[in-house]
Amino acid sequence: MSAALKETEQGFSARYRGLAARLPGAAEARRRAAALFGARGLPDTREEAWRFTSLRALAGTVFSRVEEPSEATLRLLARAPESDAPLIVFADGRMRADLSRLPRESEAEGGPRGGPGGERGVRVTSFAAEPSFERVGEGEPLVALNTMLAEDGANITVPADVDGGTLVLLHLGSGEAGQPPAFHPRHRVRLAAGARLALFEIALGEGAYLHNPLMEARLAEGAWLLHLRLLEESPDAFHLGSLHVALGARSRYEGFALVRGARLARSEVHAAIEGEGAQFFLNAAQMLGGEQLADITTVVRHEAPGASSRQTIRNVLTGRAHGVFQGRIEVARVAQKTDGYQMNQALLLSEGAQVSSKPELEIFADDVKCSHGATVGALDADQLFYLRSRGVPEKEARAMLVRAFLGGMLDAVPHEWGRSVLEGAVDSWWKGRPA
Amino acid sequence: MALLEIAGLEAEVEGKPILRGIDLAVPLGEVHAIMGPNGSGKSTLAYVLAGREGLRVTAGTVRFEGQDLLAMEPEARAAAGLFLAFQYPVELPGVGNANFLRTALNAVRRARSEPEVDALRFLKEARSALKRLSMADEMLRRNVNVGFSGGEKKRNEVFQMALLKPRLAILDETDSGLDIDALKIVAAGVNALRGPGFSALVITHYQRLLDHIVPDRVHVLTEGRIVRSGGPELAVSLEESGYAGLAAEAAAA
Ligand SMILES: Nc1ncnc2c1ncn2[C@@H]1O[C@H](COP(=O)(O)OP(=O)(O)OP(=O)(O)O)[C@@H](O)[C@H]1O
Ligand SMILES: [Mg+2]
Repeated sequence: MSAALKETEQGFSARYRGLAARLPGAAEARRRAAALFGARGLPDTREEAWRFTSLRALAGTVFSRVEEPSEATLRLLARAPESDAPLIVFADGRMRADLSRLPRESEAEGGPRGGPGGERGVRVTSFAAEPSFERVGEGEPLVALNTMLAEDGANITVPADVDGGTLVLLHLGSGEAGQPPAFHPRHRVRLAAGARLALFEIALGEGAYLHNPLMEARLAEGAWLLHLRLLEESPDAFHLGSLHVALGARSRYEGFALVRGARLARSEVHAAIEGEGAQFFLNAAQMLGGEQLADITTVVRHEAPGASSRQTIRNVLTGRAHGVFQGRIEVARVAQKTDGYQMNQALLLSEGAQVSSKPELEIFADDVKCSHGATVGALDADQLFYLRSRGVPEKEARAMLVRAFLGGMLDAVPHEWGRSVLEGAVDSWWKGRPA
Repeated sequence: MALLEIAGLEAEVEGKPILRGIDLAVPLGEVHAIMGPNGSGKSTLAYVLAGREGLRVTAGTVRFEGQDLLAMEPEARAAAGLFLAFQYPVELPGVGNANFLRTALNAVRRARSEPEVDALRFLKEARSALKRLSMADEMLRRNVNVGFSGGEKKRNEVFQMALLKPRLAILDETDSGLDIDALKIVAAGVNALRGPGFSALVITHYQRLLDHIVPDRVHVLTEGRIVRSGGPELAVSLEESGYAGLAAEAAAA
């Protein structure tokens, strides 16, 4: 452990000590998280789960806390994709009801908003008003950090058998390199039995900052969560996020993530399949250039029979970028007839780009179908020449082939507006990037 | 001045000389056929003209409408009006045929300072071209050449040619793998473009295609050189005597 990284860790711990009396929610949970973080600190590459992703770049930085979002952050609002859907805006880690378009039945800052029919629709409250901790971060340093310092977040609830429609969760963040701010929002999603929701999370940013979000989601029997994510953090930012999702019987989590941003992004997804016949799908694309590193690490625990999990990760890498996918599937003895699949594919557009894959299967049931695979390739010279021979300029031809590589994944997004936003993000990746 | 003028062209692939001094001129409005045994360098010549990487031109010049063709990027050659129908058309999984063709058409139009066509007008043009080539509209919805039969791929090349309206089309064995009806359709596709502003270089092994696309000149390429040129009757005599006789003749000369 380097002294400089210690300094960063101590900065977080000192902040906790200064804030502890004022932080919302159970003080005991915070204390335990602070103790866990204090004992273990930020992970380093000697730990198996972090061997590809070094947090050295954080070393020596003491992150600051912001009370009021900066002007620069508020200006980012103009970059958000347009829609009429209900919208929750987080600016520098804080929920801003005034900038949001909350569902009618929602409450923010504890005060009721909106009209009648509160029982029937999507309800949004803030973590600051209704704090709760499902986990504190035992063995999970990113969760411990969040638990220790979370001040705000969105609590999203959809009642039984209600189709909650589309909800956009927008994170805006910015900061200066000298003393970059850190944001630790803590979100909670509860879908009651048979409820549905299309949640589109978008993160935009500028400058240097750390975004350390945690989302705890719970899907009751037969619920369906479509979770679209567009990560366009600033190229100087750090993203250390975790999603924990628990799936009840015959529920369905369908995730599509596009990671374009951050200097260093670690997106952890932990799925606990608790109910029979649940379905967990994760499709993710990482498009990286320059010195970017993005890491998707998943742990899918099959604890009930007859469930399926499918994960496909596609990396498009140029410059000296590094894409990482670590996927672990655990199948408990009771989880017979599990169908697990994971695939990591990479298109390397430059000599300096690299991809790392680490699949892990831990299977204790005997009647299961589990597979994993990885492919790495470059753009096909014959395909490129064919396109160019038809008049398509080289840069556009490359973009078309990259788009084709990600195409099936985008086409499968079962949400028209969401799909068009993600497609736009894929297509604009090329702007200003050397071919 | 001929539309295409090739002089003393030599090229090698991976250090191996394949084209060994080619002189050939195709005047505007003419169709020339190139015949020759397997491995004689016909496709290599086509690729050199279209600008494929990995082929090293070691000597000679190629002028297209007076411009130095070899100095141009492949896309610039297409924009200038050159089209190669590939002997082995390339599959593009994940790229829809309609999107591919419209992108190509608009890229070429942009380069020529012509207005781009919108999706609707493109579809109209594409459908009418398909109809003329007796091809199904369904073709537009499929991925480029993916799962196409050999003959469908060749027809797709001719369809692209019909849309891009080149000034010089190089057809590299577009007739191989075609049934008799398809052959007539392909020939009709080429003949429809024939006129004072269009030239073609038709690479083929068979006289049959040349019955439908009657060439102005026929050239025989063996071992990287044009060993014989003549009128359409040359193709007929080759059909009877084969290349062996020619080689003996060339050796004696
Ligand atoms: N990439 C390559 N590496 C090595 N040799 C090559 C390569 N490409 C072509 N050649 C060789 O160049 C020679 C000419 O090939 P080319 O494809 O031009 O012949 P062709 O006249 O078109 O033959 P065919 O009638 O069979 O289509 C052949 O001997 C071939 O093996
Ligand atoms: Mg050939």
